Amino acid sequence: MTGLDDTDVVILRHLMADGSLGAAALARKIGISQPSVWRRIRRLEDSGVIQGRRVVLDGQAAGFGVTVFLGVKLASRGRSSLDDFERALTAIPEVQTIQHVLGRYDYRLRVVARDLGDFERVLRRRIIVLPGVGDVEANVLLSEETRPLPPLS
Amino acid sequence: MQTFDEIDRRILRAMQAGQTVAGSEIARAVGLSPATCWRRVERLESSGVIRGHTIDIDARAFGYEIEVSLRVTLDKTQPDAFDTFIVAARRIPEVNEIQTFLGRVDVRLNVMARDLSHYQEIYRRDILILPNIADIESLMVIATVKDDRSLPL
Repeated sequence: MTGLDDTDVVILRHLMADGSLGAAALARKIGISQPSVWRRIRRLEDSGVIQGRRVVLDGQAAGFGVTVFLGVKLASRGRSSLDDFERALTAIPEVQTIQHVLGRYDYRLRVVARDLGDFERVLRRRIIVLPGVGDVEANVLLSEETRPLPPLS
Repeated sequence: MQTFDEIDRRILRAMQAGQTVAGSEIARAVGLSPATCWRRVERLESSGVIRGHTIDIDARAFGYEIEVSLRVTLDKTQPDAFDTFIVAARRIPEVNEIQTFLGRVDVRLNVMARDLSHYQEIYRRDILILPNIADIESLMVIATVKDDRSLPL
């Protein structure tokens, strides 16, 4: 169904751990030829399995000491303009993640800030002022870990 | 804690925008010689601001269509409530993120599943038996509108 095989998964796991690995280094680690690794990476990129490569910065070390997750409930009058709401949120650089969810809240946001004062500024001046925002719950991130990929289904 | 200056910030911004150090792309963008640029990048790496590189993967290629954010409140009267819960949660392969918070939510688990019946299976077989759960609440992801881990440098 997915068209991925075990070798693809091994390549993906290595690249998730170190996205700067080139085809040559990967070929050495996995024990298959370099052109074959290169072809597989190209295929994974072209088919959209690999959505992109990015640098990983340490928020704390870069001066962003606070990450807060917000649960946002829309007021009933806000429900007609989800597109506008999403567009306005997307334009806020401190808002890293926006998920439309089903449950107690309508949206889940990941917000990064320099400190709690900076977070308060973003929350009060940029988020709460958006039309349609109702109940907001904030949880301050203390620790996070990303687990390895789940097995191929 | 702020160990970098405006030039470093421009280098980090260029890296977040997807430019690479190899081929002097960033050096040109920032107006540095390639050697100076390299030295700065190495310093940013050794000081921990740059943690590394990774790739983003489309979970659907792995056959995972369902994503649920489980917000867990723990029974804090139990000794080591957090530690025992997290150790047990790490054993569930479909849990791909574990975060701890200060707020109403203690721990959040991100769960990936193939479909709703697979999710129900994971929820009943693996999640509900996790230790020290006082309350659990689910947010099912309908759409990820934005997911950009860039810092607003």
